[in-house]
Amino acid sequence: MDKLTMTTMENSIRYPEETPDRLRIATSSKVVTRRNFFRLLGGGIAVALSQSCVYGWSDAPPVSEQLAADENTIAAWIHIHEDGSVSVFTGKVEVGQNIRTSLAQVVAEELAVPIQHIALIMGDTSLTPYDAGTFGSRTTPYMGPQLRKAAASLREALLEKAAKALKVPATALRAEAGKIVDGSSGKTLAYGTLTRGEKLLIPINEAVTLTAAEQWTVAGTSIPKINGRDFVTGKHQYTSDMVLPDMVYGKILRPPAYGATLAAVDVTKAKAMPHVTVVQTADFIGVTAPDPQTAANALARIAAQWNTTPQPSKAELFAYLKDNARHGGGDEDDRQEARRLFEASTHRLEHRVEVQYIAHVPLEPRAAIAEWNDGQLTVWTGTQRPFGVQEELAGAFSLAKEQVRVIMPDTGSAYGGKHSGEAALEAARLAKVVGKPVKIVWTREEEFKWAYFRPAGLIEVAAALKDDGTIASWEFHNYNSGNAGIDLPYEAGVKHIRYHPSRTPLRQGSYRALAATANVFAIECMVDDLARLLQRDPLEFRLSQLTDVRMRGVLTAAADRFGWGGKKAPGHGFGIACGFVKNSYIATCAEVAYGQANGQLEVVRLVAAYDCGAIVNPKHLENQVLGAILQGLGGALFEAIDFKDGRILNPTLSTYRVPRFADIPPLDIVLIDQKDIPSAGAGETPIVGTAPAIRNAIADATGVRLHQLPLIPQGLKMN
Amino acid sequence: MATIQLTVNRKAYEVDVDPQMPLLWVLRDVIGLTGTKFGCGIAQCGACTVHIDDAAVRSCAIPVESAANQSITTIEGLSADGSHPVQRAWEQIDVPQCGYCQAGQIMTAVALLKKNPNPTDEAINESMTNICRCGTYNRIKKAIKLAAEGA
Ligand code: FES
Ligand code: FES
Repeated sequence: MDKLTMTTMENSIRYPEETPDRLRIATSSKVVTRRNFFRLLGGGIAVALSQSCVYGWSDAPPVSEQLAADENTIAAWIHIHEDGSVSVFTGKVEVGQNIRTSLAQVVAEELAVPIQHIALIMGDTSLTPYDAGTFGSRTTPYMGPQLRKAAASLREALLEKAAKALKVPATALRAEAGKIVDGSSGKTLAYGTLTRGEKLLIPINEAVTLTAAEQWTVAGTSIPKINGRDFVTGKHQYTSDMVLPDMVYGKILRPPAYGATLAAVDVTKAKAMPHVTVVQTADFIGVTAPDPQTAANALARIAAQWNTTPQPSKAELFAYLKDNARHGGGDEDDRQEARRLFEASTHRLEHRVEVQYIAHVPLEPRAAIAEWNDGQLTVWTGTQRPFGVQEELAGAFSLAKEQVRVIMPDTGSAYGGKHSGEAALEAARLAKVVGKPVKIVWTREEEFKWAYFRPAGLIEVAAALKDDGTIASWEFHNYNSGNAGIDLPYEAGVKHIRYHPSRTPLRQGSYRALAATANVFAIECMVDDLARLLQRDPLEFRLSQLTDVRMRGVLTAAADRFGWGGKKAPGHGFGIACGFVKNSYIATCAEVAYGQANGQLEVVRLVAAYDCGAIVNPKHLENQVLGAILQGLGGALFEAIDFKDGRILNPTLSTYRVPRFADIPPLDIVLIDQKDIPSAGAGETPIVGTAPAIRNAIADATGVRLHQLPLIPQGLKMN
Repeated sequence: MATIQLTVNRKAYEVDVDPQMPLLWVLRDVIGLTGTKFGCGIAQCGACTVHIDDAAVRSCAIPVESAANQSITTIEGLSADGSHPVQRAWEQIDVPQCGYCQAGQIMTAVALLKKNPNPTDEAINESMTNICRCGTYNRIKKAIKLAAEGA
């Protein structure tokens, strides 16, 4: 029988599966500089991608110094080891969007190696080049092409090397499955063999020919999730699962409300507990203990009094956002002209749209482990911005960036909600005092209260039609939520579109598709109502005002699959909406049913068409589109943060409702593969169509025009 | 503190902990089986689902003392290598995105299939109340049906 107590468990540092052995050694020697990084890479051939310019490199040692100087302009690395395995180093991170797979696919394609030979080292500030962060759907359109170019440059260099070795022209050779093959003699040379005993750094060839999407054999296919099995066996180690030798668990004292400051505190009871350390500096108070339960108990024994200050509440939110707005600037002439046209029109509408704060609710809450060693700080944490967190930590402890290493194991999702490094900073502060590694895992309640929200927003929109049914004037003001997706995709005479930043009562930040979730909603509600005002079909009306062929393409594709012109059962309504964000296009159709007798509303089905250019992995793309649509469903129907006097009133999963199995309607997705158009990122855009499509379907079924998100916060009932 | 005998994945353990400590923390932090996840701590999300005998339970809401001397199975005990039919179905459908909820989803699905080898959509909706914030619900349904066919 295994006898276990909290202190006897044996565990060691666990590296991500992908880390090659020689770099695991690197991770235990505390400092990895650029120079010893190259030494640690060992033999083989490597290429570095620059963000801006081409490096003219010759062979090894002096190069690494040149690199160190230009570290910030390097975007990624590919290295082929002597055993033929391939390491790709990128500062991007994996949070469930499956870029570990899609980036490996594009490298496998251009380098002509089996995908199993490729390992991605991601989001480690010591091992990977600088990256601003994984957000804004930027991995696929930016990192993807860069890696393709680097891989293709490597392939070319290997072909040339083989040509010399075999004394044949490079054109007689081809690269295939990690080998150079001589077509006429049938001779093969494995990549590793070709570079054995050498340390080659080759320049990237900016003019290299890339494989066209029509010829893709690995990219463009549904390669399953890399390391997928680790996620169905429980083997994958998230930050919250990691254990370091001698590690203790931390908890932080939180104020009861926004704006509260510590008036008095008594920590004696907590301090008296065995194995507990209380860390107290000004307003920051935390405890550590050998297990999470003891840490929580110790925290509960701290008696604190707080001074609170008046804070805005949900009831006055929208007046507050408007009153505190800073005017968005720009000239006012177009506004006056838009007003004049509006007043003169006989067909005009004015809407006031209210959008509540919502939470990301990543299922893995914020987590971090921090360890100090001879003044060096190493932190494992789930963040979309490991290099940003490195800077935060360096700033907080007055360290040089090189003294801080942030490592991001593949994380339990983010959706724009993990740009920051709160848990990392807290763990580092505690670890510095206790002299042991400290792990912090936020509770769900902490995640709801002290992370950040998608901004709330007030949107005022006024539109008028000309007699011929085209849009004469469009005036659009967004208070606080942001300007993503704020542009009108439709033709219009005079446009006045402004975003007015405001003071936010709650902490707010990035979110999937940002403010486009609010702006596209407001636009698509208005356009739908304009169509109905003219008694025109909402699809036909949209198409008559749109010139963008891709937007027209997704609208038609979604409508066809949905059966837009088809018969509706009594009480049923159809709705449609479209949006363009970050170079991709979504159109969504919804069918809802309204039971007059019981007031129940049901989302019967959703159909969406999506176009993001050439598709890298159809299955994973469909997963991302589905995931975004379903996250959109929560924000559309019922998600909203309730708050009063600076306190979050629904900080639990029993009071803040997220979509569950029973909420999911049948979903049908049409993916439009545009092989000749560069691939755009797909993690965000598909979210924006869900809410307006459902809202417009409700209007169709009931005649009720809703102007708020969420639409029906009381559950699937019209209020 | 108390000494408690547990059987986890057919192996006997003796742990010396606060008897009120949730089973989840004992599994994760004392025994070191971290495949079972924390998502809410109040029996709402299902990330912490394990089996006690054949029933799916939310280990965050069970004091360890009440699981003493019963047969506990975690995701690590389902199979040594991912070969359980439900895990194979999950892999074949390529269900996970971030994957954080999936151990809990799989444990709930295995318990469901034991009780009801051919569940309808309604039966799935009723028993599968685990949250997946990445929105893998449709694929989970497909994987459950695939596992049911294969069984
Ligand atoms: S952690 Fe147990 S149900 Fe959420
Ligand atoms: S896969 Fe991410 S929460 Fe389910």
